[in-house]
Amino acid sequence: MGGDPAGKIDHEQHDFALWEKRVDALLVLSSSAGLMNTDSLRRVLEDMGEEAYEKMSYYERWISSICQNMIEVGAFSTEELATKMEIIKSRGATYGDAS
Amino acid sequence: MPHDHHEPLSPSGHPYRADDDKDLSYWQVMEIAVRELLIEKGHISATQIQDQINTMDARSPANGARLVAKAWTDPAFKYALIEDAGQASRNMGFDIGPMHLIALENTEKVHNVIVCTLCSCYPRNLLGLPPDWYKSRAYRSRAVVEPRKVLSEFGLEFNQKIQIRVHDSTADMRYIVIPYQPAESEGLSEAELAKWITRDSMIGVGLPRAPA
Repeated sequence: MGGDPAGKIDHEQHDFALWEKRVDALLVLSSSAGLMNTDSLRRVLEDMGEEAYEKMSYYERWISSICQNMIEVGAFSTEELATKMEIIKSRGATYGDAS
Repeated sequence: MPHDHHEPLSPSGHPYRADDDKDLSYWQVMEIAVRELLIEKGHISATQIQDQINTMDARSPANGARLVAKAWTDPAFKYALIEDAGQASRNMGFDIGPMHLIALENTEKVHNVIVCTLCSCYPRNLLGLPPDWYKSRAYRSRAVVEPRKVLSEFGLEFNQKIQIRVHDSTADMRYIVIPYQPAESEGLSEAELAKWITRDSMIGVGLPRAPA
């Protein structure tokens, strides 16, 4: 993306939401645990293609990449992930209820 | 009870990101799932997550400012910082992990700016998490091709005789800018000077300024 044409820089700042901080912590801790590293994070991010930059937020791309990395390294299976996600959705309608 | 319906602001005065008060998103479900599975499998613990968030929240540009203020007042330290910024930072008690850190000195003739065109590499151990604009497509794309125009959007105009150097960070190599010390701040103590050193001045998109 370096050198590509782009618009004006937006100086808006938002506070990080709890779920975003947890994603950040998940990268640090899964890296310390030897399950992934910055390069493997980036490899999946780059595989997502440009469209992901338009449609997903920063930490949405990160959790997607971390999840993909965990499956590839065998930390959990796609079945376990799917089952877990269904259970979480059934807990409630907001992040606070479900987490 | 009366209830005001102003735009909600966080304790620090920033608006909450729009999706914070909406229904549980797919990606939030994924975050919870990944976290819980890693905990259940014994790879990480819930305490570690909380500790990591606390550590992250405690980091702020005040750390970098202390480093720069010391460099401004102690020539031997500045030399050590430029020689090996990682070791000099560790010697001051900052945990900067295994990353390589390079300190870039701004002078009368050279102004340094940092960017990460690949993603968002940033000296977060010394400055906290990067600002949103640092991670934006606009900054990452343009900083390397039209730095003077980008700097002008931050309110900085440099004489053409001043060389602008843009440094592209990587996962293993991070940079921090040692801003050029303003003449008006000469003679102040290290603690006083630290108040002049802003986050943006250590990224290279701002200049040190007298505390308000």
